[in-house]
Amino acid sequence: MSASSIMESLFQRSLDDLIKGIRLQLIGESKFITKAMEEIRREIKTTDSQTKAVALEKLTYLNSIHGIDMSWAAFHVVEVMSSSRFAHKKIGYLAASQSFNEGTDVILLITNQLRKDLTSTNEFEVGLALECLSVIATTDLARDLTPEIFTLLSSSKTFVRKKAVAVILRIFVKYPDAVKVSFKRLVENLENSDPHVMSAAVGVFCELASKDPDPRLYLPLAPEFYRILVDCKNNWILIKVLKIFAKLLPLEPRLAKRVVDPICEHMRRTGAKSLMFECIRTVVTTLTDYESAVKLAVEKIRELLVDDDPNLKYLGLQALSILGAKHLWPVLENKDVVINSLSDADPNIKLEALHLVMGMVSETNVAEISRVLVNYALKSEPQFCNEILGSILSTCGRNFYEIVVDFDWYVSLLGEMSRNPHCQKGEEIESQFVDIGLRVKDARPELVRVARDLLIDPALLGNPFLHRILAASAWVSGEYVEFSKNPFELMEALLQPRTSLLPPLIRAVYIHSAFKVLVFCLHSYLVQREVIHPSSVDDLATGMPDLGFGIKCVEVSDIAKCQSAADCGHDDEFNPRVSDISVEDSTMETTRDITVHEASSSVSLQKEPFTHESILNLLNLVKMALGPHSGTDEVEVQDRAQNVLGFIKMIEQELHGLLGEEKGNFEIGEHKVPKIIELMYNAFSKELGPVSVSAQERVPIPDGLMLKEDLSDLDNMCADVLKPPSSSFTTGNPQFGEREGDSFFNLHGKEPEPSTESTLLLAQHRKQHGLYYLPSDKNETVSNDYPPANEPPLLSNLVDGTQDLMKLTEQSLASKKKSNHAKPRPVVVKLDEGDELPVSATKLTKESKDDSLSGALRDILLGDKVNPMSSQRQPSDKSSGKREKEALVDSGYASRSKQNLGDAQPSHGSSSSRRSKHRSHGKEKQRSPRRNNEGKEDTQKDKKKGSHHHRRHKTRQRADGPPNVISQTPVIPDFLL
Amino acid sequence: MGIRFILLVNKQGQTRLAQYYEYLTLEQRRALEGEIVRKCLARTEQQCSFVEHRNYKVVYRRYASLFFLVGVDNDENELAILEFIHLLVETMDRHFGNVCELDIMFHLEKAHFMLEEMVMNGCIVETSKQNILTPIQLMDKAS
Repeated sequence: MSASSIMESLFQRSLDDLIKGIRLQLIGESKFITKAMEEIRREIKTTDSQTKAVALEKLTYLNSIHGIDMSWAAFHVVEVMSSSRFAHKKIGYLAASQSFNEGTDVILLITNQLRKDLTSTNEFEVGLALECLSVIATTDLARDLTPEIFTLLSSSKTFVRKKAVAVILRIFVKYPDAVKVSFKRLVENLENSDPHVMSAAVGVFCELASKDPDPRLYLPLAPEFYRILVDCKNNWILIKVLKIFAKLLPLEPRLAKRVVDPICEHMRRTGAKSLMFECIRTVVTTLTDYESAVKLAVEKIRELLVDDDPNLKYLGLQALSILGAKHLWPVLENKDVVINSLSDADPNIKLEALHLVMGMVSETNVAEISRVLVNYALKSEPQFCNEILGSILSTCGRNFYEIVVDFDWYVSLLGEMSRNPHCQKGEEIESQFVDIGLRVKDARPELVRVARDLLIDPALLGNPFLHRILAASAWVSGEYVEFSKNPFELMEALLQPRTSLLPPLIRAVYIHSAFKVLVFCLHSYLVQREVIHPSSVDDLATGMPDLGFGIKCVEVSDIAKCQSAADCGHDDEFNPRVSDISVEDSTMETTRDITVHEASSSVSLQKEPFTHESILNLLNLVKMALGPHSGTDEVEVQDRAQNVLGFIKMIEQELHGLLGEEKGNFEIGEHKVPKIIELMYNAFSKELGPVSVSAQERVPIPDGLMLKEDLSDLDNMCADVLKPPSSSFTTGNPQFGEREGDSFFNLHGKEPEPSTESTLLLAQHRKQHGLYYLPSDKNETVSNDYPPANEPPLLSNLVDGTQDLMKLTEQSLASKKKSNHAKPRPVVVKLDEGDELPVSATKLTKESKDDSLSGALRDILLGDKVNPMSSQRQPSDKSSGKREKEALVDSGYASRSKQNLGDAQPSHGSSSSRRSKHRSHGKEKQRSPRRNNEGKEDTQKDKKKGSHHHRRHKTRQRADGPPNVISQTPVIPDFLL
Repeated sequence: MGIRFILLVNKQGQTRLAQYYEYLTLEQRRALEGEIVRKCLARTEQQCSFVEHRNYKVVYRRYASLFFLVGVDNDENELAILEFIHLLVETMDRHFGNVCELDIMFHLEKAHFMLEEMVMNGCIVETSKQNILTPIQLMDKAS
């Protein structure tokens, strides 16, 4: 030993010194650590093993508590691990399990060291190695050390054996082939009399079953688990076994019948809340079909709910909400606790309670519950307040507002929610605002009213969370301005100075809405002045020109509009015939009737609302407000502002003249303005509708297009370059694929041999941007109809033939009074079934859904089983010596076990009351022949078969087929002999 | 996995012991500890001991100045984990005699060995105090 290293070991700081040193540093802790690290770096290189070990110990400490990197010391860790002194080895192993990972390269060097320690006679050395392996095992380590682990699985020392069992989980994950070798030994440990070993084995199976995508592999072990469930007294193990059963029960309904009683028994008897809760959880998740079990569980849940311990209360609520998905009555029964919990001190409890309350919502009580909750939200802290708002929005919006009957109420609720000072649900409220506007015609007047209230409140503009809502409000009031009671007021609101607080995109929406309002006002004024005879206005409207306010020919057929517009353009004089024609053409008179009727009733107080002066003021207001925007550097805002200003400029001069004249005292032909206004008005009157998600897919492929051939040509043409994209076309949506192929072909048809690189690039580009072109001529033939604003024409013609929007008219005839019950639910426009799929109704009746799931599984299980079993006789006799109660429960099992065993072993299939005693005997007997086979089987079996050992063994005596066939077809395992 | 990590944190939020059962980089560990400690230490006695974090749960319990935080999978039994924490504290108590923060600081490796005896691969494998402490006592005698 050199002199320096002696000095080092003499004056080395111990771990205690280091910790004390750190504790003394009130500030500058990091400086002290840096210094300590310098020492460690020096000390760890020494040849003295003691100094090295202490240095590593300090480094491990700093790594664990102060997050200092120690990956650089990996090699030194290996050195210390291989020390012959146990105290050093311990330090080395701890350092390894803390710092090694898949990326550590020196991990390759420790295989032999681990092997040596695993085979050591010192059980603590073995323990160290096993523990380390359970954390750091890589695929290589797992593969190389599997034989050692296999030996240790049957070690006579409990200390070692339980650790070997526990480490096997990591080995299986890293090296699945180890299952072949070790699975059977693992199962044997499950039957071990030592509770520690068994506990470890149950833990491993619990993890395996919960991680395995196919837990059915563990069904054959159900008898073992059942035995543990009945016999075991250790709560830790029982909880694990219950977790395993929770995975297995959905796979095998007959298993549920067996375990439901022992589980209830545990639930009744145990004093441990943890076990009781696990029983409750098992029942509410997997045994909901067993009424008595559910009742008992609900009783126990009640106990948890009324407990003072917030933990128990929380878990009780959680169990209740799991159960609530299948049975509502337990939730209703505990309504009082649930509602009280809304004001609990714990946000987690409040949240659970909120979910439960929302689960109770139905058509009849939604208004009441929402009212209470929205008021409660006002008093809650911001986070919970938004949870409340969010859950109301999602519950009411679910499946096209299926539980909302009174949309006037709901829309005003949305308005109220927007005004909540903590509200951060702007995006959700925005989309529902617009969505309701599009889908529910009857809600529009109220929607406009609510939107107006939001728009004119200058205080709201300052809250950035509300901007989205304001955008929606602006859009709604522009789009449905005909329902507005006072468009001038609306205009002022849209152009108020504080709108400068809004982000540019939303300001653009405001300006565009102002444009719509302006056009509406001008048009209404001209109609009122009889300058414009509203095209295709029916008798009601023309008969009462003063009520022209609010006349909007929303539903005028577009052909009629086009005609009238065209005619207006050609005729020198206003030709009343045009309107006659369009009246004839119009198919929407009834709708208009209603619109006019409603609107007129809403403005009946104001006769002649539009005066010369008011229009002039309006124009001035718009010019004043938008003038500054025309020079802004926000393009959207500038664009919109310019549009409006340009429009005003175009009409202004002539309009002044027009306005000055007496009513009906001019020649309309001389003025272009009325026509322009009418055109604009008509443009804005187009109904916007929701668009189906699957709209594009439904566009039919036009006749005469040989898409398939083209695609195959394409394949031949550039078979090599296009391999990946073309394969994805064919497996993807066929129509898209064909279109893609088609357009692609068209582009390249004239160049049979395009340069491969550009072809590939183009294909990639197309794919990225989803550019799928339709042939233009075909498109035209189908869609020479009017194209609605945002609805693909083909969609409305071909797909939505059934969706007759006009049905709405009948609805709107209904009385407008505000009674909640008398009013029928308005029609909510849904485009297609496809729309509903993503938001499938999850109301409160999930039973059928889950039934179908378990039914499907049962089908698979039984379907597989029927074949091998078909040759067997059904048992005709029931075993005799059974107690009454068990006989009832067992009947299914008795018959099944009979099936499995055939007639060869009638004694096994008969009685389950004798099971616990006979079972162990049977096991002994059965196991011995199996051991003989072990060597042979071990080498042959893959994972699947390995896990089937048990079942296979038990069905071994059947002579109706080669063993291979049996082990592959999932035979019904004889769970409880 | 069951248990994903065990943290011991004092009132000031300083980590006193950290045991992870899945590999995380130092940055990930630091971020996770920061987030969780902030979440749990802000809670009051009247609130329940379970906190959902990312895709797992944290079950915690406070003993004097120390918080014991255990990160577990979502289907783990919360009450059993609380019992586990209590068992850990009792075991430490038996070994150190009225365990305190300093005991754990200065005997971190022993605390780690106790945990190793109790938990492997994230599974609780040993729940008897005697069995947990025997190897440690033997090692103490030997060294």
